[in-house]
Amino acid sequence: MSILFLILAAFVPTINFFLPRSRHFYLTILAQLLVALYSVTALVGSWTGEGELLLFFGEPSTWALSADSLSALFVVLINLVCVLTSIYSRGYLSPYLTTKTRSELAIHGVALVWLQVSMIFVVLFRSGFDFLAAWEVMTLASFVLVMFEAEKRETFWVGLSYLIQMHVGFFFILAGFVIAYNETGIFGFAALTPYFAKASNIPLFLVFLVGFGLKAGFVPLHTWLPNAHPAAPSHVSGAMSGIMIKMGIYGLVRVLFSLQQQYLEIGLILLTISLLTGLWGVVSAILQKDIKKVLAYSSIENIGIIGMGLGLGFVGLYLQSKSMALLAFTGAVLHIVNHSLFKPLLFMGAGSVYKATHTRNADDLGGLIKRMPHTALLFIAGSMAICALPPFNGFISEFLIYIGMFDGLLGQSLREIVVLITSTLVLALIGGLAIFAFTKTIGVAFLGAPRKPNDHVKEVDGWMLVPQYVMVALMLFIGIFPSVVVKLIISVVAMFPLVDASVYAIVPMLTSTSTISILALAFGGFIVVILFIRSKVQQDVVIAQGPTWGCGYTAVDAKQQYTSTSHADSMMAISKPLVKVTKDFDPLDKMEFFPHDGSFKTGSNDVFEDLVTARPTNRLTKLLKQAAILQTGLIQHYVLYAMLFIFGILVLTYFNLI
Amino acid sequence: MVGFILIIIAALFFPGIIARTKSIASGRKGPSILQPMRDIWKLFQKGSVYSTTTSIIFRMAPTIGLACVLTSMLVVPFGGGKAILSFQGDVVFFAYLLALGRFFMIIGALDTGSSFEGMGANRETLYALLVEPAFFVMLGVLSLMTGFSSFTNIFMHFNTVGDYSILLGVLFAYLIILIAMVENSRLPVDDPKTHLELTMVHEVMVLDNSGFDLGLIHTTSALKFGIFSMLLANLLIPPTWKPIFQFLYFGVITVGFAVAVGILESFRARNKMGKNPQYLLTLIAIGLLGLMVALILLQKIA
Repeated sequence: MSILFLILAAFVPTINFFLPRSRHFYLTILAQLLVALYSVTALVGSWTGEGELLLFFGEPSTWALSADSLSALFVVLINLVCVLTSIYSRGYLSPYLTTKTRSELAIHGVALVWLQVSMIFVVLFRSGFDFLAAWEVMTLASFVLVMFEAEKRETFWVGLSYLIQMHVGFFFILAGFVIAYNETGIFGFAALTPYFAKASNIPLFLVFLVGFGLKAGFVPLHTWLPNAHPAAPSHVSGAMSGIMIKMGIYGLVRVLFSLQQQYLEIGLILLTISLLTGLWGVVSAILQKDIKKVLAYSSIENIGIIGMGLGLGFVGLYLQSKSMALLAFTGAVLHIVNHSLFKPLLFMGAGSVYKATHTRNADDLGGLIKRMPHTALLFIAGSMAICALPPFNGFISEFLIYIGMFDGLLGQSLREIVVLITSTLVLALIGGLAIFAFTKTIGVAFLGAPRKPNDHVKEVDGWMLVPQYVMVALMLFIGIFPSVVVKLIISVVAMFPLVDASVYAIVPMLTSTSTISILALAFGGFIVVILFIRSKVQQDVVIAQGPTWGCGYTAVDAKQQYTSTSHADSMMAISKPLVKVTKDFDPLDKMEFFPHDGSFKTGSNDVFEDLVTARPTNRLTKLLKQAAILQTGLIQHYVLYAMLFIFGILVLTYFNLI
Repeated sequence: MVGFILIIIAALFFPGIIARTKSIASGRKGPSILQPMRDIWKLFQKGSVYSTTTSIIFRMAPTIGLACVLTSMLVVPFGGGKAILSFQGDVVFFAYLLALGRFFMIIGALDTGSSFEGMGANRETLYALLVEPAFFVMLGVLSLMTGFSSFTNIFMHFNTVGDYSILLGVLFAYLIILIAMVENSRLPVDDPKTHLELTMVHEVMVLDNSGFDLGLIHTTSALKFGIFSMLLANLLIPPTWKPIFQFLYFGVITVGFAVAVGILESFRARNKMGKNPQYLLTLIAIGLLGLMVALILLQKIA
């Protein structure tokens, strides 16, 4: 594959600067399709093994692109998610065609393509410098995309804090490469295997875990995620949540591939962090009113599930339970695939709701299924998948992780059994909580009666619906015929240490996944039969319509429905120590003769955001403010500082101190 | 196949036996044991009223709920035999199918836009999520004891693990009864006969269902009882017994379970609503107790 072609394609949308705004979409999507077709066809052959691919200008050079099945899997996912979300953007961006200038829209289009190309490079470059450069371009492109509505003050600050946090992560990754370079003389992923063979594995792993974990959103490094996702336009949040945060997982997996020892410790570290991430993400998701925030927190939860699979896999390697390691790794990799299907779908659904109603606050919605039936049903399908309910794909990956855990139980000692049972317990809890979060979101936003008049709300256009239907079709395919997909990703799993070729021997064990197909068909059959009987019976009887039964109370009002906040109340009570509930109210004063309007507002703060991001930054700001006394803004003072500095240097040199 | 049919037969009588037990306990003669089934039959023939607020979700929910339970019955075996379908990890599939049914009942209730049904849906979700971990710990322990993760294999090997496995069987039988009470919305977590909507959980969720759909919901509930008594029987019946004894024993267990539910409902009051989460956490505790017993039986703890 030639880098040149991809880079040229990335510049195609710059022509947009000279085109009318309504044409922008076509060039952008053309460039994206070119990139997608080119990169995917070039990689089809390398799915099953390591292969050096074509190079810069077709000549071998230091810019070596190298693809193995992990890269190939990611390239397919990147292209799928980016192209589908961009098709969606045709409809989503249409209101902005009049409010945004031509160059603003052109920049957005360029950034969309650059995000896609840079992510492809991230998964294809092995040398440290190239990888870091691609990583940086990815961060910058996504930063530009998040800042689409930079005229909103909130978006501006969110974008800045995103950029800063990503660079903290960047330096950790850089530090990791430098440490490995010091020992081995190689700068890049190739250095990791020799380094891990010699030195202790844990310290360097932790450095990379922080670096890549920031991108992926592991707790407590997740604080950028619930802010950046809602601020970005929906197709961007879909692409970022669907695939860009997975780049963190990609990097982590690359590091995991190279590990040589201390599997138990690393597995347990990863497992503990992931359990925390999963639980934290889903509990916070329940407390949100903003639909996109619910989805952002649920991304954190899913990163936790992926991390759980990876961690359990390493625990399995240590326990020498090959089947457990294999099942857990397969579950984790499949969950990466699954999440990059259903999360963009859900974000697109939330975006459609925002476009139609101009609000993301679920408490202002309700009854949308009548106005937007397609969007509602697609959102429900996505929610079922994310809650791991059969017959959708989310179930398959969690199922593999579960049976991995059950498989590892046999013949272990007490310590390991406790670890495995705890993980089972937490994963089951996460599953239940996810159902809580998503039934709440569906129920409040799409079902019931509208809380505010919604006569103006219309279903979105085909550009926005078709990509979502494609996603649902893919999800159903994986959910109903899991064995096909499991066979494809097994070559990725084979790259984990110690798993090697024995993978293929265990493939028959995974045929249990094909029984799921039969059960899914049986399930569909039962539904059809029951519906058939139902329609036959209901032909002859009276089917009446009436108001919802108000339990004898006649003045029922849509405002009395359960809201997002009231659903979260039972959860708030349980999770009080973790979540700071803020109540902001303005009580009426008894003595006032002309009382003003009272107000009451509740919200919830992320404790980690306070502790990890806000508090240290505030302290630093305070400290720097004291230093800022010197910064008077008077040019005379600055000249004085310069003179004092030169004088100081002179004195120090005179005494031979420097 | 035997399991599938037996569950249906058990489901036919189960609600009747409960009702009869409750009548006798309160000094009445009570209706025929098949009366609840006749009620359901009648419901199937009745017309329906649908709320104008509702959408297709509300109309589909009872159907999907029943289909979930029917599908989950396919993986439940009987008496050491094979289930209709079985595969590694079908226990997980079973649990998630029940969750799927619950998912649709919950959003179906929210679809009516009624504050009461929202309340019920919220409580049901909360209770279900507290029960789920207990169930999975039980599955984990069973797979620890037997080395398998499908119902068929677990029950085939469970009673052959050791003579003392009956201890674990009894403990988990207790846990299954408690889980069944929550799953089927009975006392002490929920009272199916209460007439104050504020205090109801599951019943308040189906306030708006009528006719055929309500019949489906009652059928689902009866079948769930059948499934749980089948799980009970599988835990307690040694697979080495002759089939005729197994059938008899299954009958005894089902009737015993139903009578126990009836007696419990006659003499116990419903928990205070706010105390239910604490009560449900005890289920997880029982599951962990089972883990301890299993560890001792396997001599992992000296």
